[in-house]
Amino acid sequence: MKTDDLVVMLATGPTAAPRRAAGRRLAFALFAALPLSFVILFTEYGLRRDLVQAMFWPMFWVKVLFPLCIAAAAFVMVQRLARPGVQVRRAWLGAVVPVLVVWVLAAMAWFNAPPQERMPLLMGESWRVCALSIGLMALPVFAAALLALKGLAPTRPALAGAAAGGLAGGVGAAVYALHCMELTAPFLAVWYVSGIALPVLVGAVLGPRLLRW
Amino acid sequence: MSEAEAALRSLFLRGLDGDAAAYREFLQKLSAHLRAFLGKRLFGWPDEVEDLVQECLLAMHNQRHTYQSDQPLTAWVHAIARYKMIDLLRAKSAREALHDPLDDDLAVFAESATDASDARRDLGGLLQTLPERQRLPIVHVKLEGLSVAETASLTGMSESAVKVGIHRGLKALAAKMGGKAS
Repeated sequence: MKTDDLVVMLATGPTAAPRRAAGRRLAFALFAALPLSFVILFTEYGLRRDLVQAMFWPMFWVKVLFPLCIAAAAFVMVQRLARPGVQVRRAWLGAVVPVLVVWVLAAMAWFNAPPQERMPLLMGESWRVCALSIGLMALPVFAAALLALKGLAPTRPALAGAAAGGLAGGVGAAVYALHCMELTAPFLAVWYVSGIALPVLVGAVLGPRLLRW
Repeated sequence: MSEAEAALRSLFLRGLDGDAAAYREFLQKLSAHLRAFLGKRLFGWPDEVEDLVQECLLAMHNQRHTYQSDQPLTAWVHAIARYKMIDLLRAKSAREALHDPLDDDLAVFAESATDASDARRDLGGLLQTLPERQRLPIVHVKLEGLSVAETASLTGMSESAVKVGIHRGLKALAAKMGGKAS
């Protein structure tokens, strides 16, 4: 087939296409998958018993909002990476700054605490399960975001996969925060950040394999 | 903004709103620009150029929903052409080609070459390898110009199945082209 015939073929029939498809498909993926994360939360973990009381503690909001900031920045990044020729620009700052803030808070808490109390601040009661639980909570959004990306056109698939992982990890950590009892900055700085980094790394590895087009 | 950018962009946007004639003119002009752009960068393999032009056209058609009007069309076209070209170079694992600066400029529209050489790959042959539920809708709607409704009654498929068949068929065709290159 000659190129001109291909052109005629492609232009025959409906040529209209939806506008702003990247943002809408990714938002749809996010909101379709989010209930599943809550199902995992309610069936496998349960809300923390003192959730209402915890809402009056600033540290609780740090724990919920810092992953949500990362998720929001990652959403902007992934919908930019899904479109050819669009630069990510400053959006990555929105994912990095919250982590830096938590690390600064953690360093302050660490050095203000007497040496024998430092390890409990860092390990809490639940360090063994925290990062993997966040990864589990992130799974539905992660899969949905990759599925949405498959219908879009990421020209940098590793970065796009990593950003999808950041979106999923941020959402997963925020959901897990409704169960988790830990309230110290050093715990967040290590285990929450690891939990979010997990899907980011998996996304960066899977991206080039799954997102070819 | 260059003249070619402005002209192509307005044709493309009209096409995205459903104007098939404008869309066709857009694809014709685009293929000429792609031929010049890729020809310059793949001078070592003149045979590959036309194949890659077709592959890029199909990819851009399949991914046209990822273009947003707040973005220069040049950047979108360049990114896709570059992605497909790197794919080809990687598949050929031709090391010397990688020394060619790939992202030196956004000069996709700088030149235009309308003389198409023959593609080595037979797109018609590739079409034959598609399953019937994808091939028939493409042949009737895209090649014979029948409407979706006419195709549906002719083939006994539902209208949405016809649309899905076209969509999936074109995607599959693009994937098969990429597969052939590697």
